[in-house]
Amino acid sequence: MKSTFKLAGNLALTLALAAAGIGAANAADKVKVGLMLPYTGTYAALGTAITNGFKQFVDENGGKLGGREVEYFTVDDESNPAKATENAKKLVSRDKVDVLVGTVHSGVALAMAKVARDTKTLMIVPNAGANELTGPLCSPYIFRSSFSAWQPSYAMGEALAKKGIKNVATVTWKYSFGEESVAGFKEAFEKGGGKLVKEMTLPFPNVEFQPFLTEIAAAKPDAVFVFFAGAGAAKFVADYAAAGLKNSIPLYGPGFLTDGNLGAMGGAGEGLLTTLHYADGLTHAKDAAFRTKYATTYKLQPDVYAVQGYDAAQMYEAGLKAAGGDPEKQEEIIKGMESAKIDSPRGAFTLSKAHNPVQDIYMRQVKGDQNVMLEVVSKGLEDPARGCKM
Amino acid sequence: MDFASFLIQTLNSLQYGLLLFLVASGLTLVFGIMGIINLAHGSFYMIGAYLAFVLTSATGSLVLAVVLGIPLALAFGAFLEWALFSHLYKRDHLEQVLLTYGLILIFEQLRSLLVGDDVHGVAIPAFLDASIQLTEVMSYPVYRLAISAICIVLAVALYYLIQRTRLGMMIRAGNDDRGMVEALGININMIYRVVFALGVALAALAGMLAAPISSVFPNMGSHVLIISFVIVVIGGIGSVWGALVAALIVGFADTFGKVLVPELSGIVVYVVMAVVLLWRPEGILKKG
Repeated sequence: MKSTFKLAGNLALTLALAAAGIGAANAADKVKVGLMLPYTGTYAALGTAITNGFKQFVDENGGKLGGREVEYFTVDDESNPAKATENAKKLVSRDKVDVLVGTVHSGVALAMAKVARDTKTLMIVPNAGANELTGPLCSPYIFRSSFSAWQPSYAMGEALAKKGIKNVATVTWKYSFGEESVAGFKEAFEKGGGKLVKEMTLPFPNVEFQPFLTEIAAAKPDAVFVFFAGAGAAKFVADYAAAGLKNSIPLYGPGFLTDGNLGAMGGAGEGLLTTLHYADGLTHAKDAAFRTKYATTYKLQPDVYAVQGYDAAQMYEAGLKAAGGDPEKQEEIIKGMESAKIDSPRGAFTLSKAHNPVQDIYMRQVKGDQNVMLEVVSKGLEDPARGCKM
Repeated sequence: MDFASFLIQTLNSLQYGLLLFLVASGLTLVFGIMGIINLAHGSFYMIGAYLAFVLTSATGSLVLAVVLGIPLALAFGAFLEWALFSHLYKRDHLEQVLLTYGLILIFEQLRSLLVGDDVHGVAIPAFLDASIQLTEVMSYPVYRLAISAICIVLAVALYYLIQRTRLGMMIRAGNDDRGMVEALGININMIYRVVFALGVALAALAGMLAAPISSVFPNMGSHVLIISFVIVVIGGIGSVWGALVAALIVGFADTFGKVLVPELSGIVVYVVMAVVLLWRPEGILKKG
């Protein structure tokens, strides 16, 4: 009995080794892309959009990256920071991916970045905006195809100061993205001669805004700047309008305030001005082509997340091209990405020393179900990458 | 804070507290009177909000959605009690926690499959879509005041039902001594079914009424679950009046906490809970 087991064991081992051998041979021909994104939970739609965008570029590129077939390894990160390290390690150690693409939630992305740094795996962040990723925690291996929290808010601060607005009250959730957004806004706005008369925060994800609206009405600032996203943003905008404040005290914020939730606001968002690195109604040919293709392929309207996924693939392609298509030549890939000019649907951008996009920020206005581009408020805005030593 | 702001913040507190009462009232029935730890209470709130969204889209009217939604929620509650909860009364609390936690996952996944993961809005009925000017820049939405009025009516109705009707007497008796009530020939299973269905319907009603002002989104139930438990515990388990008083306390603590001690606004409510429980370990009002 025992020997039968042993025999079976040996046989299985031999087969496994043979299979691994075949696998290794295949791996040399293919580029392994690890997509670690939310496919369930609150951010599921964002994870799907990023994946769609990434795959759209690969399709346009003949189904290849760097001239090689692409093999995808997908993990649902559930936007759960507690599972982030384990999930990222699975992709890096078990699946041996050449590049880690992810994710939406900043807490998860920070944990992934640590794994990427420790294992020297190339990583591209297609959304998470935490300043740290291309700030104190920057690394040669970590790139971002999206934005830093600082960028759209800084541009808004500049724009409002330029308009001659003097006194602004701010409201946000008390978590890092909200506080980084307000800090970016404050920096530019005070530099331009403005003053923050009231800085209010509430714990995430509390959405009982009425006390703050009362405070705003009593303080009567010239304008209000807020960071909210998703359902909380829809509620804030609707409550702000219902309290009658919309007509007397204009409301501004980074584009997350109105992106993807205009339907839920039911018209309360009409006319709002927000800043972001993407908008509806852009005029470059690249954007038109991207949107048409996306809409016909996925039967969905593309959004900023799809663009960021698309550009993550473009950035990696640029790196691979510089390395002659060899995913093993990491140093050359990194150099290639650093010097690339990415022809993005949002408008062409390059990467900063800290690997964050140096990009135009648009002022957009809500018209119906669209965030229509009004003007470029900040041309080639570069995140200051504070604390990055690289 | 000037006097006008103080008055408006007081109004905000009352209005928020009453809304919290509406959410927590169903829980105080099911948890307090039936002794079931119902973690899925937030899911019933979520289901109510999505019912409001789906039915309002179909019928074009929130009022009609509520009228259709309440019997649906009652039937759903009665079905769940019959199919699942009725098997748990004699079991351990841990098993109730497992079942109701499982239900949260199932309901969220079903919601995702049936309606998707987008954020939705529900329109306020036209006859309530107005506001009252309070100061030169601030006005108050009539819909919020209407919700407050509904909450007060419900609080009185619940009190009357439990304290003054025959059904209420049987419910209270069943809570005190199930065996004796059965021995007296009262169909206690039927009574529990009614109470549970009522609890589900109250949570769903809260979701339906809150939908236009809170918007409708994934995991919205988990936001109200914890605060509901806080209210039930502060108020005294099983006491409808207690829940009302506790909800108002929480409303005031949250509103004025945000304004006066913004750095601590996340914990003010829990500090209040700790203080109340030190003072009265069984909650402000005990059963009754």
